[in-house]
Amino acid sequence: MKTWVFSTEADGGASSSALEALTKARSFGGDLVAIHVGAGSEPALNELGAHGAATVLHLSADVSAAAIAAAMAAACETEQPDLIIFGMGNLDRDVAGRLSARLGKPVLANAVDVTVDGDSVRVANEILGGTTKVVTQFTEGAPAITITRPKAFPAEPNGGDAPTVSTLHVPDVGHAGDVVVLSSHAESAEGPDLEAAAVVVSGGRGLGGAEKFEMIAELAGLVGGAVGATRAVVDAGWVPYSYQVGQTGKTVKPSVYLACGISGAMQHLVGMKDSTTIIAINKDPEAPIFGVADLGIVGDVHNVVPALIEALKAHGS
Amino acid sequence: MKIVVCVKQIPDPASPYKLDPENHFVVRPEDQVLDDTDRYGVEVALQLADEFGDEASVTLLSMSPGGSQQGIRQALAMGADGAILVEDAGLRGADALTTSRVLAAAAKRAAADLVITGTESTDGYTGVVPQQVAELMGVPSLTFARKVEHVDGKVRIERQTQAGYDVVEGSLPAVLSVTSGVVEPRYPTFKGIMAAKSKPVETLTAAELEVTPSSGQSIVSVESVPAREAGEVIEDDGEGHLKILAKLEEVKVV
Repeated sequence: MKTWVFSTEADGGASSSALEALTKARSFGGDLVAIHVGAGSEPALNELGAHGAATVLHLSADVSAAAIAAAMAAACETEQPDLIIFGMGNLDRDVAGRLSARLGKPVLANAVDVTVDGDSVRVANEILGGTTKVVTQFTEGAPAITITRPKAFPAEPNGGDAPTVSTLHVPDVGHAGDVVVLSSHAESAEGPDLEAAAVVVSGGRGLGGAEKFEMIAELAGLVGGAVGATRAVVDAGWVPYSYQVGQTGKTVKPSVYLACGISGAMQHLVGMKDSTTIIAINKDPEAPIFGVADLGIVGDVHNVVPALIEALKAHGS
Repeated sequence: MKIVVCVKQIPDPASPYKLDPENHFVVRPEDQVLDDTDRYGVEVALQLADEFGDEASVTLLSMSPGGSQQGIRQALAMGADGAILVEDAGLRGADALTTSRVLAAAAKRAAADLVITGTESTDGYTGVVPQQVAELMGVPSLTFARKVEHVDGKVRIERQTQAGYDVVEGSLPAVLSVTSGVVEPRYPTFKGIMAAKSKPVETLTAAELEVTPSSGQSIVSVESVPAREAGEVIEDDGEGHLKILAKLEEVKVV
């Protein structure tokens, strides 16, 4: 068994999806290789090694997705990986799609589990808002290409040594590689990291306006939580994309998820339904969010949230 | 300037989806609707076409094994010039790669300068079709765009990133994938709805595009996930916040 895991450099480390996938892939046995795109700093490389990658094939950050896919496809011919695991990051998806088309192999996306039995690779997906689990087997031969959901597996180091690093040759892909990143901009969220926070307080369209996120932020501050949001309010421009929880945003599994004015569209539930305790406030008693909530308050967020803020302040003093 | 917009007709997301117990495909009713996230791509195309002037055209492209056209008419009513519909019962249940082969072949045949897609469909959300289409066409991909402009014959976008956004530029021909929220999609006018009825819709088969459907995967099992145990739902009587406070104390957050 030879498994490749796609990694990108983020904040001086390897992507969390890569560390999760490496941890899972250790259970398959055999060779474990990380394809790492970015600066290739020592902490990032060591992190990949510590999670089980014996080898890192490195590419610099200024290479187009088309060229990364071409480089990986060429390496596939000589290295013959059985399985290639990507995360849900934008570059992950760009490269996975292109590699799949280049190799003529399917991609199975949104995997919540990957199992290997002899030569057969199977992927589990949760569809229809997480109500139905589908297990699919690759039948086209190696490599099996899959995109796994964030936090599908825990990331646990096994104390592996620093990996052997070699630079992957990047072929010229002509016009397909003709994209340039002119500048990068950060729109950082305040407060704790949304993906790691023990408490998340999220707001949805039921809040009525961007200015109402101030009370969500205040509530989050009082319980030491991070602020999240639904796709609808991110699309409306109330808060930046970095706040988005759901299928196309972040996946969170906090101890407590407090949903304020969120109806619970499938796309949102997928990103938060595995939280330990879910508390929801919504006007509509029929809102799907109440189907997953441990405690649901049918009421107006504009009354309940300010009252909760006052009660928490009184409680703390 | 030929702009091709990929759109998908899906079962109405407001009604619960069902799987066919025989083949596990999503059951597709006769009257499917336009995937809401595709309206953004159509709007971006119409705005770019306005900038390019009289020479520009906007053609919709959709794969529709069922033959329903309701969703296509919705997008035509927004102002697209025509549509290409790939209708082929053999494409029922096609995976992302087969879909991409069909879309790429049809876009090439239409001599598209720019192919615009959403980021992922609402019903299948594999999220790799734009990239596969770009690879199969041998063109650059500008993906996850939250803002699109046209600068000196190139397309410049703000690409969503985990930290914020990147400004990325690519030359044509290219594939562009847009996020919902990139623009405010227009609503069809009465005139647009009437005009949509007489706009040209070309139909093609997979064979005409020289695409052989293949799947490369087989479903092993389908089972229900145990539902999360429903909790307590109470009407707020002015004391609802105290219930939340008690719950937060119970789980030791406060």
